[in-house]
Amino acid sequence: MQVTVTTRTRSSSIAGYAAIALIVIGLALPAFASRSLIQDLFFILTMLTLAQLWNLIAGYGGMVSVGQQAFVGIGAYAMFAGVILWGMDPVPAILLGGVAGFLLAIPMAFFAFRLQGAYFAIGTWVIAEVTRLIIAQWKTLGGGTGTSLPREATSDIMGVEAIAQLFGLRDAAARDVLAYWLALLLAVGTMAAIYALLRSRTGLALAAVRDNDNAAQSVGVDARRVKWMVFLAAATMTGLVGALIYVQTARISPDAAFSVTTWTAYVIFIAVIGGIGRLEGPILGVLVFWGLQTAFSDYGSWYLLALGLIAIAVMLLAPRGLWGLIADRWGIALFPVQRRLILEGTRHG
Amino acid sequence: MLETRGLTASYGQFKALFGIDMTVAAGECVAIIGANGAGKTTLLRSITGVLRNGPEMILHRGDPIGALSADRVMQRGIAMVPEGRRLFPSLSVEENLLIGGQVRRGSGHWSLDEIYRLFPILRERRHSPGTALSGGQQQMVAIGRALMSNPELLLCDEISLGLAPVVIRDIYAALPTIRASGAAVVLVEQDISRALSVADRVYCLMEGRVTLSARASEITREAIHAAYFGEAA
Amino acid sequence: MIWLDTVVQGVLLGGLYALFAAGLSLVFGIMRLVNLAHGDLIVASAFLILIVVETLGLNPFLAALVAAPALFALGWALQRFVLNRVLGKDILPPLLVTFGLSVALQNGMLELFSADSQRIAAGPLESASIDLGIVTVGTMPLLTFASAVLVIFLLNRLFYSTALGRAFRATSDDAVTASLMGINPKSVFAIATGLAMVIVTIAALYLGMRANFDPSVGPARLIYAFEAVIIGGLGSLWGTLIGGAIIGVAQTVGAQLNPEWQILAGHLAFLVVLILRPRGLFPRAVD
Repeated sequence: MQVTVTTRTRSSSIAGYAAIALIVIGLALPAFASRSLIQDLFFILTMLTLAQLWNLIAGYGGMVSVGQQAFVGIGAYAMFAGVILWGMDPVPAILLGGVAGFLLAIPMAFFAFRLQGAYFAIGTWVIAEVTRLIIAQWKTLGGGTGTSLPREATSDIMGVEAIAQLFGLRDAAARDVLAYWLALLLAVGTMAAIYALLRSRTGLALAAVRDNDNAAQSVGVDARRVKWMVFLAAATMTGLVGALIYVQTARISPDAAFSVTTWTAYVIFIAVIGGIGRLEGPILGVLVFWGLQTAFSDYGSWYLLALGLIAIAVMLLAPRGLWGLIADRWGIALFPVQRRLILEGTRHG
Repeated sequence: MLETRGLTASYGQFKALFGIDMTVAAGECVAIIGANGAGKTTLLRSITGVLRNGPEMILHRGDPIGALSADRVMQRGIAMVPEGRRLFPSLSVEENLLIGGQVRRGSGHWSLDEIYRLFPILRERRHSPGTALSGGQQQMVAIGRALMSNPELLLCDEISLGLAPVVIRDIYAALPTIRASGAAVVLVEQDISRALSVADRVYCLMEGRVTLSARASEITREAIHAAYFGEAA
Repeated sequence: MIWLDTVVQGVLLGGLYALFAAGLSLVFGIMRLVNLAHGDLIVASAFLILIVVETLGLNPFLAALVAAPALFALGWALQRFVLNRVLGKDILPPLLVTFGLSVALQNGMLELFSADSQRIAAGPLESASIDLGIVTVGTMPLLTFASAVLVIFLLNRLFYSTALGRAFRATSDDAVTASLMGINPKSVFAIATGLAMVIVTIAALYLGMRANFDPSVGPARLIYAFEAVIIGGLGSLWGTLIGGAIIGVAQTVGAQLNPEWQILAGHLAFLVVLILRPRGLFPRAVD
């Protein structure tokens, strides 16, 4: 009898083809979609990416960070610095956001990893606050009140003219298309990378570290190394996303770029409601969140109050989120990372 | 006084007990023996309510208590000396004893003074942290802690485990006094001869089932061997 | 002389931070739960005291006395019906529930009380001061500090010389064995959170009388409280007072150098302690 280990399920094979089809459609979409749809999709894709990254470190890695706004903010400010101080084109300046996220993650991990369990969360928050307060002292980038990208920089972004001609759009709309494509690239790249990571040996090690730090160490998993790696990678990507978001926004202030509500509370809400610790969760979560946002965000604080209560209710009643309910009910896994044993002979039976 | 009826228990998918029927009469001393993994500790965890069961599976004075939580079971007068002693490290010896009688203080023989009379060494060490004591002394604290509630039934899980023979002898020497106070005692033991020397009756467990139930005085070496290993010797 | 004055003001400010921290520390010590809504609960309590002051026309101290039982009940219910259900080996659910609570509380208060700054009027006490010879200190900061010392003294007495404190420590050590002693860990947790809310009431009283507050200031109070707890060392209440004083002094000294540096200086002091003494200044021997 032959035994093989597989992570593949039937729904995952279908999902694979569907994903490829979706990416192709996504790339071609600006040819016929309205500008507001492109803007909505930009919002959805960037929030999805942030949620996947939070999910990676918290849901899979057990490092519950409430300081993700630090990476979004520092990434955005690094991009602004590149454009304003060094006259860079905003698009390549996005890469500076990744570098800044990475560099900030080193001291953040250094401090926060010293804090046990739940205190890690507040530790990350403190570092995010410190970063915000320091950035607010940076007068050339607007200090506490913030600043905008200069007109000459936004009017001359590489590739925008080509897009404008290709689709017959005005410059502003073409900028949205460019940002959207970059967001799509980041979202697909992030999810593919996380999926590959979770299926690799490092992914197994991460699961082991999450479940039991000491036990994982005793069977030869270098817990510290795995945690550092994942934390730094997620911070780098979060920095990139932050920079991209602010290329599109073109206006920045410390309070907005380091907002715990927007970049951490919303992101956690998306992951929680969709399902923590699974790739499908944030996808479902971001769609629900976008729906709520579109329908109710006019209600301001009532809306936020409801979001908080919904998150509590989900944790109490369905701690594995909406996707958890679906998976339990129908046994679907689009991105299976669970290893299953298959006995030869039963496989085709 | 205590009765289990078809008691089953499981840890997730792993079934640990398959229909245990057992009785303990008031004032009686019952020994439960069996190899490692036979289900002895699971049985005690079920009775004390650490593991929850169907209500009717465990009866105390005729009341179904199988579904009660551990604190409610204890308040009915069923006290436990857990395996590995499990003293509270941030409590002193005396505080460990006091907490045993803090919620339920049944009327009866036992008080702090009586515990100190039973185990005089504890009086000397009463201000030390519980965990600073030797294994044998810790076991005395664990027994004293359970007695402080003046229980009707005292459940002891492996009280001789990991202790030197001379220490075990000292601890068993306290059993007659405990029984004289009126408490029924259930001893889960690996040390069969020690258990038989004090018990009225014996149950032997194997793989989650009762394979032998007999009066301690009538039991034979062959019967134990058969019950332990599942076949005639 | 100005520096001595700055340090004294900082130490007294630390009393307020120790009051913020004591409730957080109590709950963490007993059930390893970090309540991310702690700061927002302080602000909500300040609003409740304000309402009592304004509707019943009571003195703020009496108003706090009126609010305390209600807030004890709130904490008890929060623990009993919500937090107990998510406590377990996984730290993620309780963190996320309290984070959700924090967002909900902030926005609920925003709707009820608007974003305007409020203050609990304390009459002549607000501006009163006492001349201590070398320095002159405000009566209110001194009262705050004295209250912090008293609260920590009483909490220590409660922990180490009462049956309830014994049950707290036993449950914190080993909840399963505590239940074998007839203790219901879930009701112990509920009492602990209720008690933490009584301390929160005291913290809220001084928060509201000393300065303006609005619905958004909670998270910063949580962070100061957390920093005081970590600097002091987990499980050490007196350490928490010293931790609060260190944050307070760092803030007043920072503000003296440049008003914009006040908050930043407090955070930096925390980070320095975290580098030098990762387990805090007075770590508990048993952990």
